[in-house]
Amino acid sequence: MLDTSGAFMKTNLKYVLFFFALLIYSFSFGQQVKVYRDFDEFAPLLQRENDTTYVVNFWATWCKPCVEEMPGFQELNKKFEGKKFKLILVSLDFESNIKSKVLPFIKEHNVKADVVLLDAPEQNKWIDRVNKSWSGAIPITVIYNKDFYFFREGTLTYEELDKIVSKNMK
Amino acid sequence: MRATIILIMSLVLAGTSNFAQGYKVGDKAADFRLKNVDGKMVSMSDYPDAKGIIVIFTCNHCPYSKLYEDRIIAINNKYAVKGYPVIAINPNDSIRQPEDSYSKMIVRAKEKGFTFPYLLDAGQSITRAYGASRTPHVFLLQKEGKDYIVRYIGAIDDNSKDPAAVKEKYLENALDNLLAGRKPDPDFTKAIGCTIKWAEK
Repeated sequence: MLDTSGAFMKTNLKYVLFFFALLIYSFSFGQQVKVYRDFDEFAPLLQRENDTTYVVNFWATWCKPCVEEMPGFQELNKKFEGKKFKLILVSLDFESNIKSKVLPFIKEHNVKADVVLLDAPEQNKWIDRVNKSWSGAIPITVIYNKDFYFFREGTLTYEELDKIVSKNMK
Repeated sequence: MRATIILIMSLVLAGTSNFAQGYKVGDKAADFRLKNVDGKMVSMSDYPDAKGIIVIFTCNHCPYSKLYEDRIIAINNKYAVKGYPVIAINPNDSIRQPEDSYSKMIVRAKEKGFTFPYLLDAGQSITRAYGASRTPHVFLLQKEGKDYIVRYIGAIDDNSKDPAAVKEKYLENALDNLLAGRKPDPDFTKAIGCTIKWAEK
């Protein structure tokens, strides 16, 4: 708990109030969402070479099939928590919709995984860099580690995800 | 043995190429006969004087489609008089996506004042034949005799979110090239879009 000694309270009341204000502010927004406006900055997320198995799902709050498959990813995240596993949910919502759509979605669906937002123009220049076979429609999912790579355009069930990850995890 | 391996490999490849089906630049595109929002049936052959057709798979619900509605109207207004009218086709199954039903298409076309036909591909067979995979998805066709040859496939431009920030107007550049007797370059582009909502079997 906070130090509530008299001296502290008297001299630092302003700071304590400010701290509380900050705390309330950060709680009200819950999880933070890192925004990538440049694909070059984002690209390393698809190219890590270590023992971790990464599941990278591209979705958006406006994408119905994406929203429908989301519980499967959440379940997967729960199952492999603490293992050499990382789920990254890449929202393709516009940056201007973070407060109005993305954060409320994260809160409402109790999303525990990392959420980043990729809002980079000139999509024709980076869609092929994610995967050459990707048409641009979402959802897509990339599952990889240093020895394994999987790409899917379209939805994946929890059973499919679990099978792929379990079989290829380090 | 070798023949068996080749056979198995080609079967595997055939199985994975589902997404790659549809037209490529240079292919001959099929005409269609689909119901417009005014209740009449529309075909490409209804435009005997056109130099070609801008076929755009688009729909009501998709945010990316909505972002492009005004730009599609502007393109039709600019290029229909030059011989390239727009025909918009809604590829989605309305059971999977109720917002894209025929009655809602009528409402949307009226709201936006579409200056081009907005057709429903009720059986989704045209969508499948063309290989549309997202909305909006453009197939620019040039007429050669009685044939419609695919000259450009892809996005309208390179910035869906902000028309003012567009650097490359892919579709307009392709149209200008065709009108000047040149081949479009690029003739194939990609963009983020909504998936086609296929009917559940």
